[in-house]
Amino acid sequence: MRKHTLISTAIVSTSLLLLSACGGGAEAESTETSAPVADSVEVTDAWVKAADDGMSAAFGSIENTGSTDATVVSAESQASTALELHETVENESGEMVMREKENGFTITAGQSLALEPGGNHIMLMDLTDPIKAGDEVEFTLTFSDDSTLEFSAPVKDYEGANENYESGDDEAGEHEGHDMEDMDHSGGSK
Amino acid sequence: MTPAEPGAGWSRRRLLIGGGVAGAGGLAALGADYASRRARASGTDESPSLNGEVRIPFYGAHQSGITVEPQAHATYVALNLKKGVAKKDLARMLKTITDDAARLTQGVPALADSEPELGTVPARMTVTFGFGPNLVARVAGDAALPEWLGSLPEFGIDQLEDRWCDGDLLLQFNADDPFTIAHAVRMLLKDTRSSADVRWVQRGFRRAQGSEKSGTTMRNLFGQVDGTVNPQPDDTDFKELVWNRDGWMTGGTSMVIRRIAMNLDKWDRLDRPGREQSVGRNLANGAPLTGVNEHDEPDFTALTPVGFPVIPEFSHMARARTPDRSQRIHRRAYNYDDAPEPGKISNSGLLFVSYQADATAQFVPIQQRLDELDLLNEWTTPIGSAVFAIPPGCDENGFIGDTLFD
Ligand code: HEM
Ligand SMILES: [Cu+2]
Repeated sequence: MRKHTLISTAIVSTSLLLLSACGGGAEAESTETSAPVADSVEVTDAWVKAADDGMSAAFGSIENTGSTDATVVSAESQASTALELHETVENESGEMVMREKENGFTITAGQSLALEPGGNHIMLMDLTDPIKAGDEVEFTLTFSDDSTLEFSAPVKDYEGANENYESGDDEAGEHEGHDMEDMDHSGGSK
Repeated sequence: MTPAEPGAGWSRRRLLIGGGVAGAGGLAALGADYASRRARASGTDESPSLNGEVRIPFYGAHQSGITVEPQAHATYVALNLKKGVAKKDLARMLKTITDDAARLTQGVPALADSEPELGTVPARMTVTFGFGPNLVARVAGDAALPEWLGSLPEFGIDQLEDRWCDGDLLLQFNADDPFTIAHAVRMLLKDTRSSADVRWVQRGFRRAQGSEKSGTTMRNLFGQVDGTVNPQPDDTDFKELVWNRDGWMTGGTSMVIRRIAMNLDKWDRLDRPGREQSVGRNLANGAPLTGVNEHDEPDFTALTPVGFPVIPEFSHMARARTPDRSQRIHRRAYNYDDAPEPGKISNSGLLFVSYQADATAQFVPIQQRLDELDLLNEWTTPIGSAVFAIPPGCDENGFIGDTLFD
């Protein structure tokens, strides 16, 4: 049985605190040597919505403790054949829809970016296998300097995160109506 | 706060998140709020100013909802496992709800908490898990079943209703704030929904936090001081009496929960001397009828001028007590006061809850004696009954019940 825990992120972030507590010295060093962006980024409180097939989404907080902005340009995971970085915006008809975020997620130096239902998120476009509550899904984020960061996110049953998906390319309809309701596997209630 | 104190990681994490609030959403703002509260708390004044901020460590050798000074409110939820839910599903579920409990008890919203603002007032909450025989057998087979786990023997006084009995998984919530409990129950039931159905829910209360000096023995709805003679965590023999030492249950305990209806209307007809004799203690401060103060030793040999024992032999105290020091239990009861049935004006009683290393060896003999003879039985009727195995606690790398899975 896997001894991996849901709260491993807590341990990581604790050690991170110790790191960042070392203060200015570390920062100065990182600008001089231009350390990989991924080294100063941490993902905490990550989780993924449970789903049997189709789409799902991952959430959490991406924190940039570095002194330069960090930009996530892509995400990968064994759990899905394709992943996209999504934002949620209002479309012409006034509906909130999610769509690919063109230039990725930029996290300002020293700040955090929240990935939340109804906001930015990492979209799993097509699950390879059902992901069930309590499973752990591994992700790899790639930054603009090609550095990468891995994190693990537990799966949770979640009824929200049902925004419509508006396909990034303007070829109408391919994904139309393919909303995240499809990933809602709990059944029964509908 | 010592570094080893469970839950320390959570506050550090919130501090971290709070460090970069701007630009992040509402959750980060919550984190900041939390951070500033923690910052205040880590100053010279270690004790939080609000009871809502008081956190009971979650991780440790034992689950924390047994020895902590009883909180004002309790909700017990028993679940039935769905068909086909197997060992690996249970491991996943237990990991998830362990994480929920670890967070919420520390005032940190659960992952995927859709009302995170409701998760920030722990108010001394503890969340304790218990296993029924069905869960234990599904995970580890019949060989893992403690002998004492299962329905209690039938007692003559019992009028058990199925809707208050048994269960596969017990979730025990205690906190000084019922609002805190409501949110935690909601969160954990969302995370058990795919594997289990609610079987019963029982809610109980004591005096509100702050209404009485802490450490005051509780009263039940008969007005009696209830809980005077009760092994306490700092007693030298508490460990032996309460913590189990068998295999996967080492550091765990057995829990008996009995829903006992108290007939307040009938009790009304009994005058004060009769009420005091039914237990053998006075109502003013719970002192034995042969003493003055609550904790005075009762003298069972003292006689009335007419020659009867001052503490009647049929009194609850005389019957519940035994010279066999190993036959003792740790009681942690709550009152219930639900909506009356049509035509009635009360539906009240006691959620009798006790913890003991071995329910068969410790609880059953007491209940048998009370079943044979106890004046209090005139006014009380057990209508619900369940026994659960309370597994030991866990550390940050484990989950509650993990010893059963090894
Ligand atoms: C509604 C039901 C009950 C009521 C109202 C009740 C009430 C009381 C009261 C007022 C006392 C005296 C104060 C104290 O030491 O706590 C007492 C003592 C006690 N009760 Fe109960 N009780 C109930 C059920 C039970 C049950 C089901 C058991 C166990 C099978 C039990 C076991 C004990 C024990 C062990 C003591 C301490 C006896 C001693 O002095 O050594 N009680 N109870
Ligand atoms: Cu999306």
